[in-house]
Amino acid sequence: MNREILIIGGGPAGLECANSLISLGYKVFIVEKSAEPGGHLRKWDRLFPYGASASETLEKLLQQSNKALFFYETEVKSIKKSDGVFIATLSDETQLHVGSIVVATGFSLFPAAKKEEYGYGIYNGVITNADLEDAFKTGKKEFFKANRVGFVHCVGSRDEKVCNRHCSKVCCVTAVKQACEFKDLNPEAEVYCFYMDLRMFGRGYEDLYLKAQNKYGIRFIRGRVSEVAEDVDGCLVLKAEDTLTSRPLKVTLDLLVLMSGISKNPDNDEIALMLGIDTDEDGFLSLCEPNLNNNKTQVEGVFLTGSVTGPKTLPETLNEARAAALAVHKYLSR
Amino acid sequence: MNINGKKKIWSEYQKEIPEDHYFYVRSCIRQNFFPASEKLFLEIVRERLSLDFFETEHHTTCGGIAYHSDTIPQETVMTIVARQFALMTEAGYKNYVASCITSFGLYTEILDTWHHFPELESKIRDYLWKTTKREFQKPEYLAHASDVVYKLRNKIASQAKYKLVNKDTGEPLKVVEHIGCHYSKMFPSKGVGGAEYPYVLTGMIEAWGGEIVDYPERRHCCGFGFRQYLVQANRGYSISNTHKKFESMAPFKPDMIITNCPGCPYFLDRWQYVIKEMEGKTYGENGEGIPVFTYEEVAGLVLGYDPWYLGMQMHQTAVEPLLDKIGIKYNKEEKYLL
Repeated sequence: MNREILIIGGGPAGLECANSLISLGYKVFIVEKSAEPGGHLRKWDRLFPYGASASETLEKLLQQSNKALFFYETEVKSIKKSDGVFIATLSDETQLHVGSIVVATGFSLFPAAKKEEYGYGIYNGVITNADLEDAFKTGKKEFFKANRVGFVHCVGSRDEKVCNRHCSKVCCVTAVKQACEFKDLNPEAEVYCFYMDLRMFGRGYEDLYLKAQNKYGIRFIRGRVSEVAEDVDGCLVLKAEDTLTSRPLKVTLDLLVLMSGISKNPDNDEIALMLGIDTDEDGFLSLCEPNLNNNKTQVEGVFLTGSVTGPKTLPETLNEARAAALAVHKYLSR
Repeated sequence: MNINGKKKIWSEYQKEIPEDHYFYVRSCIRQNFFPASEKLFLEIVRERLSLDFFETEHHTTCGGIAYHSDTIPQETVMTIVARQFALMTEAGYKNYVASCITSFGLYTEILDTWHHFPELESKIRDYLWKTTKREFQKPEYLAHASDVVYKLRNKIASQAKYKLVNKDTGEPLKVVEHIGCHYSKMFPSKGVGGAEYPYVLTGMIEAWGGEIVDYPERRHCCGFGFRQYLVQANRGYSISNTHKKFESMAPFKPDMIITNCPGCPYFLDRWQYVIKEMEGKTYGENGEGIPVFTYEEVAGLVLGYDPWYLGMQMHQTAVEPLLDKIGIKYNKEEKYLL
């Protein structure tokens, strides 16, 4: 039995899957497109809902997965299957012969500039959740001088106009977390969250939402933002609708944070074609038994894990990664 | 503001605009509001630039005013438009250019509807044949007249006598551009620069020496909005919208406004007078209003046409302070002689 496994993608899903497979005695190769492991987790500062450090979390994942063999800045060029063995050729021409493949290529953040009406990339005070997280992480103080701050939920999520009908699942609680963190850094700031629904489904999320209102005085306005512009002083003028009072509103802000949602990985089509698996209408990779087995594909020996199949929280991703490792083990022990 | 962000969007919304051989259709109302604009357009393209632009007296309203006032069935308005296309076909043209923004929006909407519902197009062809015995080809290229002037902006600049520059300071004039709602808000890909940051007028202003002002209510309706004005009881909404725009642009101290819609220049121009009467407030320098122009009028000024030949005596808000600022020569005594 070939006990070597290829994991495509070195983000949290790939790393945790590798950890589990290594504990089960398998040799693991991780092919990562970028120069470092960790995916989006590497760029984040703190994690919802309890504020755990993202870098410490990543460090723990990496400590356990250090027995895997990493190929950085590398992509899989082709995959063939012969006599139950997958032969993967990498972009550096390395050939790997493995018994199973796990796809953990994750997601991409929705490019906020596509929502042209919000002015990302045009108006200086408009940033994304990722930009703000980077500011928390690197201590970019100029952002935290802003005294009037808005958060726009569902940017590129639940939005047919940008072909993303799905909910990104993590943006509501991320916005609440970031709004609270902002208030910690600038207690004088007036902070507004513009939302469609608040989907506080996870343990601790509702508590964080209540804390945001009671402790931090963050104002939650149910309604979508229609447009953003700059006034003569360079401040942002935002128009929205408050659907609870059925009134249009206009606020002037210093900083606007767009909660970019989770979009499919742009490489999904290529990966699906290479492996002979399908993508769904939303562009995420397709599972053949989504209720019974959320790792299984229609190709024997190929498994999926993490947000390559749709938006997920980090704990969900890690659980799914462990499940994928067990699925691989079950497949190779058959 | 990061201009490169806008440039990126502009690069994504470019449309193919032929320079020559157009079937030109006029607006229902522009000849009353700004009588020289359409005449001037034809004069510039035909005489200054030696291009082929054909028009026919058989052209009628497109039905757009009735359509956007909810007073005409969709199939009726489509049959009217089919007849216009038949006139183009009979004249031997394939490029169609509309002077009116609402017509342009309506043609775009109808062509898109026919694309998605070809059975409806067949039905309209049948209606047209039964009522007029006419047949039509759909235009290969549909343009608004401002698209064509945008396309020709550098050629116009090369013949320019004046620039949109303050003659005393050498500074570019600060210009507010106002795009008609029906230009690209419905179909962003059909407008130069898209819907959020249209480039069609900005491109002209840049080519002719001015500088565009981006102000918060840039995208807001001029105040015409069809039923806001056409229904008498709603006219308070009309002037409120115009008022909102002027309050928003005033801090930027614009020198002038340029528009590409039949209704917009009219309402932005005339309501300034009403606001002055009602509130005693003006938005330009020295207690004056901010002069409002069609893009053809601005092209005419840049090319050195006499302002009174361009019909500027018909404007409610006086244009003379701006003409003086640019250094355009005119004779005060001849203002009302034409």
